Amino acid sequence: MEVSVKTEGDICVVSVLDSRIDAAVALEFKETMRRTAQDSPPCIVLDLGQVNFIDSSGLGAIVATMKHLAPKQSLILAGMTPTVDKVFKLTRMDSVFVIFPTLDAALGMQRA
Amino acid sequence: MMIQTAPHPSAEIVRPFDIRIASSELAVRDALAGVLRALGPLDLDIEELGTVELVLAEALNNIVEHAYDHIGTCGPIFIHGTHEPDGLHFRIKDRGKAMPNGQIPLGMSKNIEVAVDDMPEGGFGWFMIRDLAKDVKYRRIGQENQLDLRLAVAIGYLN
Repeated sequence: MEVSVKTEGDICVVSVLDSRIDAAVALEFKETMRRTAQDSPPCIVLDLGQVNFIDSSGLGAIVATMKHLAPKQSLILAGMTPTVDKVFKLTRMDSVFVIFPTLDAALGMQRA
Repeated sequence: MMIQTAPHPSAEIVRPFDIRIASSELAVRDALAGVLRALGPLDLDIEELGTVELVLAEALNNIVEHAYDHIGTCGPIFIHGTHEPDGLHFRIKDRGKAMPNGQIPLGMSKNIEVAVDDMPEGGFGWFMIRDLAKDVKYRRIGQENQLDLRLAVAIGYLN
């Protein structure tokens, strides 16, 4: 699971560079996120702009990451592509997460 | 992975196709890519492609994780797809364990009005299949599981 990590002040942006978070990489994704979050500021923005597919295992891994981070750190989602958005809406997980359509929108809101 | 396309029987846009994989999470990726490739001529929009890929991903992952059980057992998975006037029909077969009680799970939507610690991390798969697919039917035939489902996409191409 390839990610790029950029920390700016209180915000850490983790961009997923793989195009899928599915059953084949769900565990690896969780581990990568845990490792990345260890020394991160309280607000972590997960940039999914390059992810065009997640399945229920991938969704579960994102939920698990959010649970692992809480309550000290919060996970914000950004850059929802159509199928990723569909999965969050279908399962109503869009009501559980703070979600921004784009990374820029998420950063603008966090800096404001 | 093996992909076979049947000889062209009529003026259909997409011919019936068969994909066979050996059960593994990575092979599921290949199978999904194969299905999307076979459906290429339909020129489905991103919404429809998402539906096809999600439903099949959940059905196939379920076989990899439960029917063949993750304990080194690996068997074949067969996918047969046809394009008909009422949408795309899929028959998925495997030789793993039968569904518990001989039935597919109800796939109820998960309660998410709960504390963060209690948030569900799984169990979304059958819910999504039931929500997105029509005519979902499971049968155990001898040593085989057979799952039939229809996706109401690519309708109106055929008479």
